[in-house]
Amino acid sequence: MAQTGMLFAGFGGQGILFSGKFCAYDGLISDKQVSWLPSYGPEMRGGTASCSVVFSDEIIGSPIVTNPDILVVMNLPSLDKYEPTVVPGGKIFYDSTLISRPIARTDVQAFGVPATKLAADNGMPTLANMILVGKMIKETGIISTENIGKIIEKIVSARHQDLKDLNAKAIQMGFDYAE
Amino acid sequence: MADKVLMKGNEAIAEAAIMAGCKFYFGYPITPQTEVAAYMAKRMPKIGGTFLQAESEIAAINMCIGVASTGKRVMTSSSSPGISLKEEGISYMAGCDLPALIVNVERGGPGLGGIQPSQSDYFQATRGGGHGDYHLFVVAPASVQEMVSLTAHAFNVAEKYRVPAMLLADGTLGQMMEPVSIEGITVEDHDKSWALTGTDCKRKHNIINSLSLLPEELEQWNLERYKRYEKIEENEPMWEEYMMDDADVCVVAFGIASRVSRNAIKAARAQGIKVGMIRPITLWPFPKKPLLAAADKVKSFVTVELNMGQMVEDVELATRCKRPILMANRVGGCIPTPEQVLAQIVEANKLGGAQ
Repeated sequence: MAQTGMLFAGFGGQGILFSGKFCAYDGLISDKQVSWLPSYGPEMRGGTASCSVVFSDEIIGSPIVTNPDILVVMNLPSLDKYEPTVVPGGKIFYDSTLISRPIARTDVQAFGVPATKLAADNGMPTLANMILVGKMIKETGIISTENIGKIIEKIVSARHQDLKDLNAKAIQMGFDYAE
Repeated sequence: MADKVLMKGNEAIAEAAIMAGCKFYFGYPITPQTEVAAYMAKRMPKIGGTFLQAESEIAAINMCIGVASTGKRVMTSSSSPGISLKEEGISYMAGCDLPALIVNVERGGPGLGGIQPSQSDYFQATRGGGHGDYHLFVVAPASVQEMVSLTAHAFNVAEKYRVPAMLLADGTLGQMMEPVSIEGITVEDHDKSWALTGTDCKRKHNIINSLSLLPEELEQWNLERYKRYEKIEENEPMWEEYMMDDADVCVVAFGIASRVSRNAIKAARAQGIKVGMIRPITLWPFPKKPLLAAADKVKSFVTVELNMGQMVEDVELATRCKRPILMANRVGGCIPTPEQVLAQIVEANKLGGAQ
């Protein structure tokens, strides 16, 4: 791997920026070059949200991911918009509770997880994003599983200590999910 | 080495300013730089500093004049339309020979424009911006780490020459997070005998003023100021050269445009095109020397800018139009893609064969 570009997209409020931030912290912990760039436009105020994360062995040029190696999407408008941009051979992770259509591309690997349903059924309705991240970690190996606990320590704010275990549980649930 | 943390560019500027001894911040919120003010609001009370959200940008810059007059480090930040509002005060600051740091996290213009990234305040930043003959010391970071080092550097240079300094970034750099260590910050100790600190009836009082109704006196003030500008032009230009050793084509880009250009340069090199980059780190003083030297070695230049072609004029001046210059640009909040830059590099490589 010289460089991996990841794109996270969905509705504002689904934890899209947090998903990206979670991955970016792995870069920090592993001493990889990493950048995290959020959308900050009007879309953040009640529309679609997205963020770019770049991992690299060398100094990162553009932090803007236009052709992701890994796409994580949580709503249909985002899939419609970004599916064509994924590099051939790339991987798409999508919330199959909210996206009912199949992936059209045949030159990419697609992984659907009913993350929103799983989250709701397990009493963690706000953590569908982390379930999808768990599946992404499993299928890409982009984040070392050893780092997951350390990232959670860093990223979950002191006020929400109770959410640490739930985040870990959500990630594990996605990691273990098999269709 | 200090532990690295993930920080937004805007937050890194604020923390670096505090570490550089800035205890006074006055501002007014505007996207995409509001995190600077938010961070200051959180941190300043904890270190015994002052955070004040002014009633307007104009009030904020004039509060900065007040603090700067006392010789203390002070900062304000805004984004393009807000900087335009501050320009009157910035001109007064220059006229009063006051050091301070003004941060502009640019967004698309003109007018109220948009909120997406831009570099279209280049002319405003590098030509002074307000009325009268003056310059700001202008730094243009290209990473979150550089937002730390250049914030600290700008304070030192501003005090050394008694000029206001500007950190010119854009919405992308302000909003993005990268690992950063807040370290290597030195606070230089420069002469402050001019400052308004109270005379204790023991010395003649100092005067901070930009008004003179005697033309000959005002001329002298201008001439003296330009002697300092000459020294800044001599001592303070900063730039980075990337893959320039064997380059036939030289890309010139700063800030976020230089990051996009790096991708394009790698892609061009993979095609066998010998291309490098000179990245201005100070925009005023502009790094004229390395560009003039490059003009004798390369066959063409490509500038990459988030404006309609502003820095390209400085490249023409610095290289004395010795070589053709192409441009890859987007405006209005759009950012050139590496592919767009690559296409211009390919074109530039076909030009100016005569060495």
